[in-house]
Formats: sequence, structure tokens, C-alpha cells
Amino acid sequence: MVQLKVNGVAKQFEGDPEMPLLWYLRDLLELTGTKFGCGQGLCGACTVHVNGVPTRSCLTSLQSAAGKTVLTIEGLSANGTHPLQQAWKQFAVPQCGYCQSGQIMQAAALLKEKPKPSDRDIDEAMQGNICRCGTYQRIRQAIKQAAGVKA
Amino acid sequence: MSTENIQVVSRRGFLGTIFSAGAFVLGAQLLPSEAQAATLAADTAWHPGIWLGLEPDGTLIILAHRSEMGTGIRTVLPMVLADELEADWKRVKIEQAIGDTKYGSQNTDGSCSIRDFIVTIREAGASARLMLERAAAEKWKVPASECKAANHQIVHKSGKKLGYGELATLAALQPVPKKEELRLKSPSEFRYIGKGVPSTDLDDIVVGKGTFGMDARVPGMVYASIERSPVYGGKLKGFDDKAALAVKGVQQTVVIDGFKPPHNFQALGGVAVIADNTWSAMQGRKKLKVDWDLGEHASFDSEAYKKSLFETARQPQKQVRNIGDVDAAFAKATKVHEADYYVPMLAHAPMEPPAAIAEVKNGKATIWTATQNPQAVQETVAAALGIQKEDVICHVTLLGGGFGRKSKPDYVAEAAILAQKLNKPVKVVWSREEDIKFDFYHAVAAMHMKAGTDVKGRPTAWLQRSVFPTIGSTFDASARYGQEFEMGMGWVDLPYDIPNHRAENGPAQNHVRQGWMRAVANIYHAFAIHSFIDELAASAGRDRVEYLLDVIGTPRHLDLEAQGVKYWNNGKPIADYPLDTGRLRHVIEVAAEKSGWAKKKPVKGRALGIAAHRSFLAYVCAVVEVEVDDKGQVKIPRVDIAIDAGQIIDPDRVKAQLEGAAVFGASIAMLGEITAVNGQIQQSNFNNYRVARINEAPYVTHVHLIPSNAIPVGVGEPGVPPIAPAICNAIFAATGKRVRDLPIRKTKLV
Ligand code: FES
Ligand code: FES
Repeated sequence: MVQLKVNGVAKQFEGDPEMPLLWYLRDLLELTGTKFGCGQGLCGACTVHVNGVPTRSCLTSLQSAAGKTVLTIEGLSANGTHPLQQAWKQFAVPQCGYCQSGQIMQAAALLKEKPKPSDRDIDEAMQGNICRCGTYQRIRQAIKQAAGVKA
Repeated sequence: MSTENIQVVSRRGFLGTIFSAGAFVLGAQLLPSEAQAATLAADTAWHPGIWLGLEPDGTLIILAHRSEMGTGIRTVLPMVLADELEADWKRVKIEQAIGDTKYGSQNTDGSCSIRDFIVTIREAGASARLMLERAAAEKWKVPASECKAANHQIVHKSGKKLGYGELATLAALQPVPKKEELRLKSPSEFRYIGKGVPSTDLDDIVVGKGTFGMDARVPGMVYASIERSPVYGGKLKGFDDKAALAVKGVQQTVVIDGFKPPHNFQALGGVAVIADNTWSAMQGRKKLKVDWDLGEHASFDSEAYKKSLFETARQPQKQVRNIGDVDAAFAKATKVHEADYYVPMLAHAPMEPPAAIAEVKNGKATIWTATQNPQAVQETVAAALGIQKEDVICHVTLLGGGFGRKSKPDYVAEAAILAQKLNKPVKVVWSREEDIKFDFYHAVAAMHMKAGTDVKGRPTAWLQRSVFPTIGSTFDASARYGQEFEMGMGWVDLPYDIPNHRAENGPAQNHVRQGWMRAVANIYHAFAIHSFIDELAASAGRDRVEYLLDVIGTPRHLDLEAQGVKYWNNGKPIADYPLDTGRLRHVIEVAAEKSGWAKKKPVKGRALGIAAHRSFLAYVCAVVEVEVDDKGQVKIPRVDIAIDAGQIIDPDRVKAQLEGAAVFGASIAMLGEITAVNGQIQQSNFNNYRVARINEAPYVTHVHLIPSNAIPVGVGEPGVPPIAPAICNAIFAATGKRVRDLPIRKTKLV
């Protein structure tokens, strides 16, 4: 049995400990804000925080998440009030929206580590997150807005 | 209740689940174009695409009958209606329509939602507004001319007011106004049109609550992952599922029969592994041992195919446009230029891989899926199950990107077939590998170009020849030549003023499923034409902007019909949407000015490139700035796009579409390529089918909207075609290297 905390709630999982966290969140906990985009750590759509570290849930087995704290987009803030979520709305970042949970979770981790990121910091932190709709320039703007750095 | 296309509707049938009793419900039908009229004549049922319902509490419910894949259409069309109705956007509730012919066409494709529905939707809004004014007049016993709609209220000139909700019941009893009675708002009265509102899904998306096809669930459903033939058209010989069944959570395996040509949107066929959750299903599938008869396409090799396409492209082929005498003019030219261009196969790769849920009960199917075309879902599922399409209910979720992939519902057919066989709801989930390996690919294309120029370097003769496997092969297995719509995408409509001109198209057989992808045939046609004109300008030593304007010639309306050319003009009358070289010139001038073209002279490793293209009835010019470092790495610090798409409904969403198009175009130019060996697609995921990431995409795209009162047209696609040639033209200016073979990463630039 695997025990872990998801968005502050204690959870127990009896199934195959090899199951990736992604499918546990989506299929079993019905937390579908975390998206499936590639299953291989190549797109970032499935990004969550595990013990505060941005993590590709598609490559994280439940076993390796045992005893850890998982934060998903649903738990990032009460009612979408995180500065990044607000900036995302202000700049109307999403097009289809499918990649955006992962983008926001990745950016939230970036701002925790580097509250005033440079363009290069943003490139480095965000290049694992694909947006096929091509919203990158607004993602950059919104991160800078939330961080209070000049565009 | 009306003589025209707008009617008051009693709340019955499906409407009862959406609107309450006492609501004022109005439906408006898109008037068929003349071309459609003949086929529709037999079908006398009234099919309104637009539905609005005003509830007694003042809530305005608007049905969104188009699919939302990121363009904002699910918000923007209702916004237009609300504006014309003088409604308060805060009181609007948007409901997503299911698939049903009663909505008219719901195929969210071809950049057509705005252009096809804008008139009807405004008339519907104006009708409801006038009926509310008349209802108030009746209640107050005053002339209707003294009553005016203002922000969800009718106001009498005396100052007294009634809310829309209070008038709903009475308004429903008013006769529907005749068209002549309607007064559409003037632009100065617009509340939302031309300004825009936030997407109705924005709040949900930033908290992870929007429901995409991949997120849908129904009670009791099982999950399916499907193993398909690695070669198009391969047949199942046998399989061993012992190891698959041993995977924890796997319940059983089910065979899906192969398709019968033409493949259309049928399920490809294969072996499905059914499990308790997505992961178990995928794990089980990996453990299947399947034996295939790979069939006739097993020898398909994309390198050899490329050679054969070029062999065809170098021989005379079917003429699709011919003016003057090209061969005589070549003989007299000062200089003759020739070049070959190539664009490989591409995959759509929307961020959300295909997924669908189906439930089949008592001969009726219910579907939940991300689809651009719910009526195609109805038809495809009905054909797969042997039921009537009216017995297929298709619920449309949000789409995690579409780009044309999700107008082809083969994945929904798979879910339906499995649900029927298992007699329980089934969710089919495609992995990224399946998405890349079993796409309806954007066609590979080979183009041969030849021009003769005079002493000033201006072309006096121009020959263009394209060869590509047609999308027509999806519907007719014997189709070999480009269809009229493919030829009409930037090929027969070359807008240059060249007295001797010939366009040709040669045959090619498909070895994979071909499909339309964002901007479709415009992608390769634009690449060849706008690269070649840049080569001619370079050879003449002339400024590209000056040269382009010279070759396009005076502002005029091109009359292709007079030249004997069959030209579809996106299915729209050429009289209403002329091919106007004046508008094309103007976007070039604006893009040049805004990008600082005249001041930014090329230096080694840094330069601008330009390309201008009309597609989907919109005029777009892109100026791209590139930096090429000493290792040959390309960066795109800036893109300027000028677009004339007629009247602009929501400027921010238009800009977003063009910013996205610049990234999509950059992916095509720099990175994307699908290849095949032994009939099998060589790419599998984002590591080997590359799309632009944040550090590779244009750093910033400035979009310049040309103010216009012309009929609005769509903007989802026309931004894409000029990007790749503009990038390659910039690379040439910066390095002297001409890239004629995409993607650019295959060419060593230094
Ligand atoms: S789904 Fe995990 S990185 Fe793509
Ligand atoms: S918004 Fe569509 S993939 Fe990013």
C-alpha cells in the first residue's frame, strides 16, 4: 500500500505501485487538471509538484511518490488566486488550454526558486513544457507580470 | 411563425432540457448559399444554427454550436449575438450544443465560423432586440419607436424601464420581424464587437477544471488501448494476448475489424486491450504479440517516394492554369531560373491526443469526445454500428487543440465499436505514439518552379508544378490528382502580374491517410512560391518589398474565371470576396513599415525575410527577423504580421491566433518531419517529431490588424502559410544559404 498526500489530503493506494502518479490522479482521484500529453517526460502537460519540486507525473511511479506531498493545479490556490493564475487571465494566455495546467505548475515552481526570473531563466525552466497552440510569448509576459519584472 | 430564416420556437424536445418554461426562444437558420440550396431543397426541415433563449430571470442562454479548440469561437459567436441584442455579457450563459443537423453545419474547420455565421447571428440578435422593444411598447401602450434597448433593459423615452427577463414571455408572442424591419447596430453602438470579452472557459482552464475529451468520464466505463497495423491497410493475421491478460487491471482483449477502402473516417482496426484504467490498458497493449499481413504499402519508403515525386514534378503535367505562352517566353527571357522545393509529411500533434467515450444502449449510441465535427461523428459511428445517425448523440467537450486532426473521428468509431461489443461504456485513449504514427498526415509535396526574367529581373514567364498525394484519397481510394480545393489554396490563384504563366499538378498515390492540417495545401504552395519569388528578387539584386509590389502589380481584382481557371475561393462568391491585389499590397506595405524593413539592412547572421499570402479569404504578410549564429543555430527574435481579415470581431483573439500561427509555422519550417521506412512511420513522440518550444519559438510576434469594413473572415489558418518562406528568405539574407528542403534543421547553414 502506498500512502501520500494530494493537495493536503491523505490518500492510500492499494493497486500496482508501478502505476504513474499521472493516471492515479486522473483516473482514480478524478483530478483531471493534470494532463496527459506524451507519457515520456517530453511535454510537461502532466507537471505537478512533489515535495515542492516540479515533477512529470507521467514518469513518477506511485511507489516513488510514497510518503510525499503532491500538489496539482487544483490545489495551487483557492479559486484561482495564485498570482500566476491571475496573470494568466490578465494576458488571456490560454488558447485551447490543454497545456496550461502544466505551464502554470512549472512556472509556479520557477517563481519559488527565482522570484525575479530573467528571460534566460524562463527559457530554461519552461522549455520542457510544449504549447502546440503557441502561447509562449504570453506565457513569458504572464510570468514576468506575476513576478513583477519588466517585460 | 416567420417567413424568413428566424423563428420563435416553442420549448419542446431537446430544448426543454436547456431552456425553462416561459423562456423566449429564438432560432435562426443560416440561409444556404446557392450551391447548397439545391441539395437542401429536398430537406424542408427548419435547421437553425443559432439558438438563443431569454429566461424570465433575465439569463440569456446561447447555444454554442461550434467546437472550441482554442480559437475562442465558443465565446466570440455568442458575444456577437449578445452585442446585437444589446444584452449584458454578465448575464449570458453559454451551452455547448450536441451534434445535430438541426444546427446546420457544425464542422469547425476551414476558418469559417465567423464568416459563415456573422450575418445570421447578428440578424438573430437584432430580431430579438426589436421583439423586446415591441413587447415593452405593448405593455406600456406606447409606440415602439419610443422604446430602445439598452444593456439588458428596454428604456422608454420617459425614462421608465423594463428588464429583458420581465419582457421574455411577451416578447415571445411578438411576430418575428421581417428582414427589412431589422436595424443592425452601427459600429459606434458596439458594446463587445471589435473589443472582445474574456473566453468563457478562461477561469476554468487556469484552475484545471475545463473538461476536455481526455477528461470526460461516465459511470461504469472501462478503458481501451488499441494496437493497430504499423503499416496503413495491414491486416490482422493473429495475436497472442496471454501476457497482456496477465497485466493487473486488464480485463479482456477485443478485435476491431480493419476498414474497407476508401478509409474515410473508419476505425483502422486492430486489437483493443480493455482495462480498469488507462495505464493498465496501455501496459496490456504493450504486451500483445500481434501478427500482421502488412500488405501493399509495406514497401513505402519516404526517401524513395520523394525522388519519385520530383521525377513527376520535372515532367509536363496536368495544366490547371495557363495564360500567355510560357514556353515561347522562356526562349526569349534574359535569364531562366529553376528551383525545386520540398515540404515533408507532417503530423498535427494536437496537445491532447485523440480520446472518446461511447456508450451503446438499445441501438442508440451516446458519445463524449473532443471533435471538430460532431455531425461527422454521428455519421461515422452510425456507419460503424449499422444504426441511424439520428440515433447517435454526440456531446462535444473542449478540444485540447484540433488543427484538423479532430475533424476525422476514427477514434470515436473505435470507442463505439468496442462499446457495442462489450455492452458497456468504453473510453478509448490514444497515446502520443499512436497519435504520431496513425495520423491523417499533412501531405508531403514536391514543387518544381521555373521563371524567365527580363533585363530588370522581372518575370516574364512563370511555370509552377506541384505533386502531392491528395486528401481526396480519404474519400476515393483511386484519387491521384490535387482536388479543386487543394489547387485553390495558393496555387491557381497566384496573384502576380506575369503575362505568361502556367500552373500544373501531377499525380501521386497515397501510402498513408492524408488529411487537412491547419492551412492545408497553402503550406507547401506558399513555401515554393514565396521562396522562389525571393530567389528572383535576389538574382535581380532588388529590394524584396519593392520587387514584390512590382510583381504583384497594380491594385485590381483578379478574374480567374476569365482565364478559364476553376477556382473555389473557399466556397464563397468571388463577387463578395474578390481576389484583391490592392489588399495584398497593403498588408505588405504595413508589415514592411511596422517591422522597420527599410531601416534594418541585412548584416551577416541577422536579417529580415518577407512573404505575403492570401488564404481563407484573408490577406497576411509576415516579416520575420532571424539570427543565425556561428554554429548555424537559428533564432527568431521578432515576427511582424499584418493581416486584413475584414472587420475584426475580437482583436485579442485574432492576435492570439496569429501569434500561434507564427509558432506553428516556425515548427513546420525548422523542425517537423514525418518519414516512413517499410511503410512504418519512423517518428513516435515529441523527441523525434519536434515542435517548437519556448526557447525555439519566435520571441515576440507583433500583429498589425488592418482596419476594414469588409465582411469578416476567419483567422485560424491564414497566419501559417507565410511563416516558413519568410523564415527561409531571412536565412538567405543572413547567410546566403537557400533552404529549399524543409525542415531547415537538415541543412547546414554555416
Ligand atoms: S505527459 Fe508527462 S511530460 Fe508529457
Ligand atoms: S494552449 Fe493549447 S497547447 Fe497550450
